[in-house]
Amino acid sequence: MKRRFPLLMTALMFGYAFLYGPILSLIVYSFNESRLVTVWAGFSTKWYGELLHNQQLLDAAWLSVKVAATTACGAVVLGTLAALALVRFRRFRGRGTLQVMVTAPLVMPEVIIGLSLLLLFVAMQDSIGWPDGRGQLTITLAHTTFAMAYVTVIVQSRLAHMDQSLEEAALDLGARPLKVFFTITLPLIAPALAAGWLLAFTLSLDDLVVASFVSGPGATTLPMVVYSSVRLGVSPEINALATIIVLLVSSAVAIAGVLLYRQEKRAQREQNLG
Amino acid sequence: MKGLPLSPLRGRGLIIGVPWFWLGLFFLLPFLFVLKISLSEPVLAQPPYMDLIREVEDGLVSISVNFGNYLLLWEDPLYRGALFGSLKISAISTLFCLLFGYPMAYAIARAPSHWRLPLLMLIILPFWTSFLIRVYAWIGILKGNGLLNNFLIWSGLIDQPLEILHTPLAVYIGIVYSYLPFVVLPLYATLVRLDLTLLEAAADLGCRPWKQFLTITLPLSLPGVIAGGMLVFIPVVGEFVIPDLLGGPDTLMIGKLMWTEFFSNKDWPLASSLAAVLLVVLIIPFVALRHFEQREEAV
Repeated sequence: MKRRFPLLMTALMFGYAFLYGPILSLIVYSFNESRLVTVWAGFSTKWYGELLHNQQLLDAAWLSVKVAATTACGAVVLGTLAALALVRFRRFRGRGTLQVMVTAPLVMPEVIIGLSLLLLFVAMQDSIGWPDGRGQLTITLAHTTFAMAYVTVIVQSRLAHMDQSLEEAALDLGARPLKVFFTITLPLIAPALAAGWLLAFTLSLDDLVVASFVSGPGATTLPMVVYSSVRLGVSPEINALATIIVLLVSSAVAIAGVLLYRQEKRAQREQNLG
Repeated sequence: MKGLPLSPLRGRGLIIGVPWFWLGLFFLLPFLFVLKISLSEPVLAQPPYMDLIREVEDGLVSISVNFGNYLLLWEDPLYRGALFGSLKISAISTLFCLLFGYPMAYAIARAPSHWRLPLLMLIILPFWTSFLIRVYAWIGILKGNGLLNNFLIWSGLIDQPLEILHTPLAVYIGIVYSYLPFVVLPLYATLVRLDLTLLEAAADLGCRPWKQFLTITLPLSLPGVIAGGMLVFIPVVGEFVIPDLLGGPDTLMIGKLMWTEFFSNKDWPLASSLAAVLLVVLIIPFVALRHFEQREEAV
């Protein structure tokens, strides 16, 4: 075992280099003076300045943030309900279907999700007049549907590994079920909810394919703007935008990771004491 | 079943009913529309298809079902080629994801326990940053005067830039890069639970490390291999962004074809029939994935 370890570690290091190399190259070249992305012409932050003057991009970013925030909140509520149903109620009619419906969006190709939802929205508008037209609302509904599946998986695993004796004790002492849920269950699963919210937010912020299908003429999200400019080739502005996104996301994830890590440590210590 | 904190029937009904209704409406029901539109004829209108059931006169209803789209998919080598091409590209890239991901997952599972969480975080982190941007990064690396070619020419290994961007190779690189985290996580989950005493016993009895791996570790980690493999294979068959940005005109994939039929040709019925075929094809690997996940849950 010991002898093979350096070999494995080398493989791991290569893996990380493969995962992070391309992202690092974007960050480095976002500070490149030249418009020719791959020729280094000196350090400059001018592309960041240009980003701030690109009104189309700023509008799209604002729309994406609005959609992502609404999506994340909706997905956390729906995903938590689905996780509660699947973990706490072992038997009910339609359980198998629910289980499939929360697993399938995780692997379903986005083109199928996008096209099928668009056809649904068109048919709904035809027959009941809602949703009226396509845009922010239809994108949010579509994103909530696939993001809730991810939230369900995260909350499900947390609920399954949770100690239920506290809830039982509170119920035995006469607390109402709803009160038990809000004062005991919810705080215990809060880290999973926070992680789920963040994941739903980033998934929505990142989605190009589903949004392109269900969006209307007036609503252009950030990935749609990025996509149309990327199709024309590499541009330093997109590099600068990528750097901002990468830094924002990685610092959010790092903070969340440290918080989760500390909480786990504390829980372990308490367990060791008890 | 005792001590459920949310046992009153009304609460129970809501907890089950609300997500069920949502997913039924926005996930299950839409497939029926895909099926319906795939059987209709394209017309120049808004929306661009003819309804299957139309009222011709008062009370007189005409129903027309058109299987022409499916016939076209079967007969036209373009569509058939795209379907089989997607399956081939997906299978090969899944294999490479597993080949690269397995040693990584193994190394993390055997690392000192306080290292495992940070190492796993490093695998997940790229997954959180924009997919589109990570694929885009490869354009700058792989193109004719990109970073890779510049480096290879500078180091004297080649004197003419290699043509990688817009070839199948670029698509494979993009897929393996984007989907690698999906195989590492399930593989790690099975490898970390592996009972090490089995390996010790085998070693004590004189089994060589390679044989230990082939006869103990690999068979026991098979559920992780299948789960990880399916998590890559299924979405990649319908992948659009990677073949569109990194692939060339000869890398036909069904997801990209669907996009073209829908957005450029405005042929919603044909795009729907492509989606329906893709859906049916993907049911088998999906059932396999569910099967192994359920076994994992039971453990």
